[in-house]
Amino acid sequence: MTDAISVAGLVKTFGRTRALDGLDLSVRTGEVHGFLGPNGAGKSTAIRVLLGLIRADAGSVRLLGGDPWADAVELHRRLAYVPGDVTLWPNLSGGEVIDLLGRLRGGLDKTRRDELLERFDLDPRKKARTYSKGNRQKVALVAAFASNVELLLLDEPTSGLDPLMEEVFREVVREERGRTVLLSSHILAEVEALCDRVTIIREGRTVETGSLAGLRHLTRTSIEADLAGPANGLADLPGVHALLVRDGHVKFDVDTPALEEALRALTSAGVRSLVSQPPTLEELFLRHYTGAGATRRTDPAGEVTR
Amino acid sequence: MTGTWQLVRLILRRDRVIMPLWVVVLAVVPMSYVASIDGLFPTAAEKAQYATTSATNAGFVALYGQLFGSSIGELVAWRAGFIPVVVGLIAILTVIRHTRTEEEAGRRELLGSAVVGRHAGLASALIATCAASLVMGLLLAAGMSGQHLPGTGSLAFGLELAATGWVFAGIGAVAAQLTDGAGAARGIAMTVLGVSYVLRVVGDVSGMTDGPLSWVTGLSPIGWVQAIRPYGDDRLWLVLVVLAATAALVAAAVVLSGRRDVGAGLLPPRPGPAVGALGSPFALAWRLHRGLLAAWTGGFVALGVVFGYLAEGVGDLVGDNQAMKDVFARLGGAQGLIDSYLAGTVGLLGIIAGAYAIQAMLRARAEETAGHAEPVLATATGRLRWLASHLLFALLGPAVALLAAGLAMGITHGMNVHDVGGEVPPLLAGAVIQLPAVWILSAVAVLLFGLLPRFAAVAWAALAVCVLVGLVGQGLGVDQWVLDVSPFTHLPKLPGGQVTALPLVLLMVVAVGVTVAGLTGFRRRDVPG
Repeated sequence: MTDAISVAGLVKTFGRTRALDGLDLSVRTGEVHGFLGPNGAGKSTAIRVLLGLIRADAGSVRLLGGDPWADAVELHRRLAYVPGDVTLWPNLSGGEVIDLLGRLRGGLDKTRRDELLERFDLDPRKKARTYSKGNRQKVALVAAFASNVELLLLDEPTSGLDPLMEEVFREVVREERGRTVLLSSHILAEVEALCDRVTIIREGRTVETGSLAGLRHLTRTSIEADLAGPANGLADLPGVHALLVRDGHVKFDVDTPALEEALRALTSAGVRSLVSQPPTLEELFLRHYTGAGATRRTDPAGEVTR
Repeated sequence: MTGTWQLVRLILRRDRVIMPLWVVVLAVVPMSYVASIDGLFPTAAEKAQYATTSATNAGFVALYGQLFGSSIGELVAWRAGFIPVVVGLIAILTVIRHTRTEEEAGRRELLGSAVVGRHAGLASALIATCAASLVMGLLLAAGMSGQHLPGTGSLAFGLELAATGWVFAGIGAVAAQLTDGAGAARGIAMTVLGVSYVLRVVGDVSGMTDGPLSWVTGLSPIGWVQAIRPYGDDRLWLVLVVLAATAALVAAAVVLSGRRDVGAGLLPPRPGPAVGALGSPFALAWRLHRGLLAAWTGGFVALGVVFGYLAEGVGDLVGDNQAMKDVFARLGGAQGLIDSYLAGTVGLLGIIAGAYAIQAMLRARAEETAGHAEPVLATATGRLRWLASHLLFALLGPAVALLAAGLAMGITHGMNVHDVGGEVPPLLAGAVIQLPAVWILSAVAVLLFGLLPRFAAVAWAALAVCVLVGLVGQGLGVDQWVLDVSPFTHLPKLPGGQVTALPLVLLMVVAVGVTVAGLTGFRRRDVPG
């Protein structure tokens, strides 16, 4: 078993809405996997299918070697889930909720629980009614991280946390080596900092999947330079986009494979100064997001995006 | 108060189905009594005879209030004596739904950040509820005078129901300020309603026999509105009294609301334990249901004490009138009269317990829509186990409440007749025998929850059918098949009646079958569905 989660061709419709439309997702055992997508892309729906809460209409889904719908109870002993929108029983204290969820999952590490409460700076005696969104999220996070499970399904777990607590969250995830984590998120810095591999989905379909390094390969580096002479041939290079030339000042984006040749063109003209922006996940992300549903929209490079 | 009218429109938009529904139904049901009573008792003499027997039947007086005349209008208004309780309940639920529930859900905060005055939320809920009550009352008045009943009496009758809505809207508004949870606020307001009803029962039944407690009715808002006596004395000035009481309640609510923060109650929340003891879905369900169970059991014991205490007086009613004596002798004499009273009141408790059964079952749906079910079902808790934890309370909760009420009735009535040992068992039996019908209602709730979760609240319609059959049914000449729709029709009348096993077995089979269908549906459907 190398894959903790393997999903292929997953379809789920609600009435006429096709929430998931042939989703593929594979999460290797032991990795932290980023699950990215714009609002309404189907991330939460996919996680609910993985939890056996909703039934897939088509496609195959395997979770920890089992069928999430048929073997829900057995599988749930081995995983912990943090919902995107944590609501708690208003008249239960945070500590009660943590212990309840832990016991229902089949066990909680007491020392770890107390340590996490300390680190997340959460008062477990307060009634859930009085918690803010961030504090409710902390309750769910402590309950999940303190559980003795092998898989963590985290649905936008930091959306209500302050930057300090987000840092604590990152530390805790880094300590989780050995456990598999599926981290659905909007925060690219978080995904870049934590994840080994990512899957990007849009309109219920997987549009990109792979290691972060591999995905960077698909992105463009942007370069600005002051040149001694004219940059001959730069405009003809196939990987160069959005080229701007003004009085010896050039600005362009370049695909990673064409980087070397572009630099050679610059040095042959004589480089006075050079600024290069490394490829960011944001860029990749935006390229996939902004294309949503707008097949006729063109980006500044004049290239049609889909 | 800025923004009040926009909020009123929001309420009307959100309640666009339910509000017109209750306004029309509660106005039409009393209207329909005119034809049915006239049909059954066409002559003045027959009406007088019916009025005499009814006015001296403690069970009827307990249920509907005292009867002072025998004109068709008076009979109809008397017969509609339970409707103020329903109106009060709806007014309470509507006001709290649009005040405290909104606040608890955090939506009030969003609105409060807009150009909306501090009291606009409370004001809009009160305006909408009171206006709807008034429309209901005027509709009823128009419908009654349209059936050639006296105009003043019809207006008084309509205003009686409208005023009930007003005063309980005020009570709901005050209750909504006291706690930080909507459930607790509903509990407080419904307790006030229950106490009002019980005070009215005690006072009226005592007054019927010139007992010492007749003044107690004057403590009850339900007593006030019924004292308007439509088509009799037509004391329209009492409407002003009720209006003044409503104004006082609203003023109190405004003062209380001004003293607290948005989202907070008057009582500061206490810290809970840092380490939890809950470890199973059943422990969680116990935690979620225990308040409800305690409240219902407490209320049922109170009703049981009142009903039991009043039972002996029923037998005293066999006065000197020979015709009355003959009627009562046919009914089984004094003992038969007491038995039929006890059986009637236990049957009433059975229908009320049905409300508890539905309420307890719908907790499961509330847990689901609030997002509380999802984290639990994402643990090693099977769906059936989770649902069973709530079903347990929907089945056994009403059983506990009914047994407690039966026991309380048996003990109080037994103490009055110096035979506690002899009175308790038949009353316990009378209470237990209600359960198959109660469980049909919980089964309907499970079925809807499992198959049509978005329409789970329609289970209340099943209860409404039982209540309407119970209210309209008795002695108003409705076809038997209509009465047969209600499972409560098929129960033996205990104490005093004969028990036949077949109807009970059939009711149980239906209850089990429908419940299983609901459970199966829930296993197959999406959560949240």
